Amino acid sequence: MSIAADLRAASEELAAPFPRLLAGAEQLAATVMLGDHGRRRAGTGDDFWQYRPAQLHDPLRAIDWRRSGRADVEFIREREWQIAQSVILWVDHAASMNFASEGVETKSERARLLGLAISILLLRGGERVGLTGFSLPPRAGQFQIERLAEVLNSPGEGPDFGQPEARGMLPHSRALFVSDFMGDPDPVEQALKKAADRGVGGALLMVLDPEEEAFPYDGRTIFESMGGGVLHETLKAGELKTRYLDRLAARKDLLAGWARAAGWQFHVHHTDQSAQAALLWLYGAMARHH
Amino acid sequence: MWSLGPIGFAAPWLLVALAALPILWILLRAVPPAPIRRRFPGVALLLGLTDDETQTDKTPWWLLLLRMLAVAAAIIGFAGPVLNPETEDDGRGPILVLMDGGWAEAPSWAARLERIDALLADAARDGRPVAVAQLTAPEAGALTFQTAEEWQRRLAGFEPAAWTPSEEMHVAFAERIADVTGFNTFWMSDGQARAGRDDLLGELQSKGDVRAFESPRAVFALEPARFEDGEIRLTGHRLRGTGEVSAAIQAFGRDPSGAERVLASGSLDFEDGAATAGTALVLPPELRNRITRFAVQGQRSAGAVSLTDDGLRRREVALIAGREDREGLQLLSPLHYLNQALVPTADLIDGAMADILRANPDVIVLADVAQVSDAPDVLEWVEQGGVLLRFAGPRLASADLGREVEDPLLPVRLRAGGRSIGGAMSWGEPKTLRAFGPNSPFFGLEIPQDVSVSAQVLAQPDPELADRTIATLADGTPLVTRKRIGDGQVILFHVTANAEWSSLPLSGLFVDMLERMAISSRPAVPTAEDLEGTMWVADQRVTGFGEIEPAGASAGIEGAVLATAEPGPDVPPGLYTGEDRTIAINAVAREASFAPQAWPGSVPVEGLDVVRETPLKGFVLMAGLALLMIDLLASLALSGRLRGPRARSAAQAAALAIGTLFVAQSAEAQDSFALGATSEVVLGYVITGDAALDQTSFDGLRGLSRTLFQRTSVEPVDPVGINVETDELAFFPFIYWPVTAEQDAPSAQAYAKLNRYLRGGGMILFDTRDGDTARFGATSPAARKLQQIAQPLDIPPLEPIPNDHVLTRAFYLLQDFPGRSMGAPVWVEAAPADAQQVDGMPFRNLNDGVTPVVVGGNDWASAWAIDRSGNWRFRVGSGFAGERQREIALRFGVNLIMHVLSGNYKSDQVHVPALLDRLGQ
Repeated sequence: MSIAADLRAASEELAAPFPRLLAGAEQLAATVMLGDHGRRRAGTGDDFWQYRPAQLHDPLRAIDWRRSGRADVEFIREREWQIAQSVILWVDHAASMNFASEGVETKSERARLLGLAISILLLRGGERVGLTGFSLPPRAGQFQIERLAEVLNSPGEGPDFGQPEARGMLPHSRALFVSDFMGDPDPVEQALKKAADRGVGGALLMVLDPEEEAFPYDGRTIFESMGGGVLHETLKAGELKTRYLDRLAARKDLLAGWARAAGWQFHVHHTDQSAQAALLWLYGAMARHH
Repeated sequence: MWSLGPIGFAAPWLLVALAALPILWILLRAVPPAPIRRRFPGVALLLGLTDDETQTDKTPWWLLLLRMLAVAAAIIGFAGPVLNPETEDDGRGPILVLMDGGWAEAPSWAARLERIDALLADAARDGRPVAVAQLTAPEAGALTFQTAEEWQRRLAGFEPAAWTPSEEMHVAFAERIADVTGFNTFWMSDGQARAGRDDLLGELQSKGDVRAFESPRAVFALEPARFEDGEIRLTGHRLRGTGEVSAAIQAFGRDPSGAERVLASGSLDFEDGAATAGTALVLPPELRNRITRFAVQGQRSAGAVSLTDDGLRRREVALIAGREDREGLQLLSPLHYLNQALVPTADLIDGAMADILRANPDVIVLADVAQVSDAPDVLEWVEQGGVLLRFAGPRLASADLGREVEDPLLPVRLRAGGRSIGGAMSWGEPKTLRAFGPNSPFFGLEIPQDVSVSAQVLAQPDPELADRTIATLADGTPLVTRKRIGDGQVILFHVTANAEWSSLPLSGLFVDMLERMAISSRPAVPTAEDLEGTMWVADQRVTGFGEIEPAGASAGIEGAVLATAEPGPDVPPGLYTGEDRTIAINAVAREASFAPQAWPGSVPVEGLDVVRETPLKGFVLMAGLALLMIDLLASLALSGRLRGPRARSAAQAAALAIGTLFVAQSAEAQDSFALGATSEVVLGYVITGDAALDQTSFDGLRGLSRTLFQRTSVEPVDPVGINVETDELAFFPFIYWPVTAEQDAPSAQAYAKLNRYLRGGGMILFDTRDGDTARFGATSPAARKLQQIAQPLDIPPLEPIPNDHVLTRAFYLLQDFPGRSMGAPVWVEAAPADAQQVDGMPFRNLNDGVTPVVVGGNDWASAWAIDRSGNWRFRVGSGFAGERQREIALRFGVNLIMHVLSGNYKSDQVHVPALLDRLGQ
């Protein structure tokens, strides 16, 4: 548990500077449960939000007479709209995520850190956070952080390349996929389609190592995947650089296009960059209104 | 050892492996570099990408070449390459070291001994027996071999002879080795072809390998001087060397005070390619007669020294006749025949006796003079070595002189009147001469038959007459008598000097007799006949190094032998004295010819500069290793492994390696400078950038160094130029700084260094060299420049040298400090204001320590400057006063250096009484 504790500590450290994350909900839905904090707009809830002059369509009982008695017009006392959003998380734990060039952490570490950090933010914001699939359904509360950390920390041996787990997505919830998206892109497309069908919005975070962007290789090389399942031999690796980079750019474009079509956000994060920058982006992406 | 040009190989068979290189080429080409296995998630994106070109599955050609070179270097390296391999003689047998040992080797004798010593050391290491022999010093008995150590001990005892090996010596040596076989020979040759040499070489080659050594150094040989047409002709040879060379000739002799000094100098200018050169000296007779030898300056060898003898001496002969010449009857003049005999070989003087005596001639000839004027003076002159030659004649015969008592200026008493033989009024026939007896100086001269005497003066019979008679007529009456008075002698010819009384003056015998009596100079080359019957004893001897030393006791040599002798062990070169004459035997004969020895191709010839063999194995292997390192980097780069931190560290390593090389080299240069400056006392001068001035500074300090060497126990080596910007100053006790208006002021770092130097006890002598045109402190450009230069220096207050400054008595007592110019004040550190006069001492108790600067403008370096041959480069003043000024300048330099080196100990002398006082208590 110490690793889990470390991870949590690191995540909390990272999450600490942020204000409470208030995820926006696109629409009220049956699945939306009332939460205990407002959405910064008038709606059903317990907390006072604002007074406003009464309109014609307002029922009389909505008028706050005490406030109205101090003025010539009637005021309506509005309460803040309070809901809780479900956010489900998929952090790729395939072997490819274990790659790291010298001096930087592995992609997997960075992905889990970011995933847990955003989870903490969301949980503190009162959201319900869970993992895709059925291993850890969304729940609220501090204890969920412990559970998430535990699960994220023991991913077990994955395949060479990960595929998004699209099951267990609640309709109209939000989703976050963190992966390097180096494997077959079709499952991603399928997952996005499925999410779009259910009205699930969210974000794709592509975590890449700097070497994967730079391809600083030369000479006779046999490239193999992290699990060893895929091999490619070249005699002059340097020659492949431009074509590799073209393909990488094409992959990014593809993912960005799919994300746009499904109403998702897409972002590329490099492990040699600041994790906070990525968290900031995640914060924005998860709080974005559609 | 198999060699290829200048490079030999210790293990040449390894080079066969070079043939395998093409196979390696093929092998290397066939094997592409091993692939790297690299885990990379992006491999999924790479799938399906193919290589554009398939070239790189073969190693690139330049990398192959690199590897081939590396392997070739390794093969060559292990084959043991050696630059300039010493051609080891094959056997391990005995070695004969054969030296010519003549004077031609003397200039390089030390180098030769060093070379032999190296040979002996090698032989000692290998335990080979050695024999060392010198051709010029023949020994008896067969050659014997001894251990090299034994010879090493005896090596210092070998000296060059003053002669060169003759054919007999070659033959004699060949006989010595006739029964010895199986040895290799190192022939230390002087490189001159000689008779008998080729035979000996053949003999030696039949015994084993022969290697020859020659010195490339030019050797000069000087022929005996000749006197022709009023000038002294000198001919010099050079035994080796080409190009235009000028060799200075110096004529040594005794000055009136008896000290030997250089009386004249000239130079032999060898033209390019010429082996001989001549020069002529025209000297006044007084000077010429004083010359004892000529020498080539800077050559320590007997061949470069030429002794002079009577052949060069031109005697001064005063002729005085008893009666006036009768006009028109020249043949009857009493002096005519003497004139004829003496003019070619002597300088004639005539005049009154008083004037003649003042000229101090060698000989005074009195022809038929009865009464000698100034007789006491003449007698004194004779006692001091003069030769008074008197001829009889009618006046002497009729004069009442020396009848009863012997006249001091006549050798014998004379009978009155004389006698006449074979004339019209007398009986008998004119008398002929009797053969000269062995005690006569004329012994050996052949008497022509036609010499006859018809009249003569007769000597009174006396007990001493027989001793004093040196020539007689056939009837036994004296013809020539002689009496020694003090160092001189009086000689009387009992006949006239003209042909009136005898036909003797008409004959060649007359000239020979005059010569034997050292009245006329002998012809340049005496023949055996000339010297027949005389005995000669060596008086001075020339060593192989050209030094003159007393000969010591030795057996006399017959004149006939001496006339024809070649210089050798029997007749060593030197000065031989006979009765009144001297003959010089010189190492180089007249009309000598020299030819270089042509060694056959089978004899390797080395210069004496020992060409050290340089093993190249390390260098070649290092080169191979370096190539492999480059190959390593290139392979890494080629296979994509050289990136990131590896590339950085590789670059660092390369930079470090290159940097180390350069640092090492510059450190080495610095080290050699430091070693040169510190292993001996070295005076330094600041390089101003003006080449002529720097040369003057160098020459000046060289002159000062030489003076110090000669006069004091400070023995500096050649001075060193200092660049104040780059060189370390701390090695130099004394720095001479000539100031010119053009030079640049030093940089800030140089000033820091100079100040450190001055604080550390160094001394700088600033010389504005304008003492003749400006007083110091006046506005000469150099003085202004000096002020500008000295501004940033830590210089204490200065004052002109006070009379009681240590510099005035550090070694010499001085009150003036002239250089080439004189009188300009010289400034030193001022004495403290509270300096007190010490009781009983003529000087104050002055400051401790050495003045850090001495400033003046007297152009000392020019006064001190000598050129490479040791001659003064610049004239100082004029005449004797100028030389005196130069001497004082040198003394100032000596004082200065003494002051620098020994500080103020002379100043401490003031404390001596106090110290003694305290010790006494």
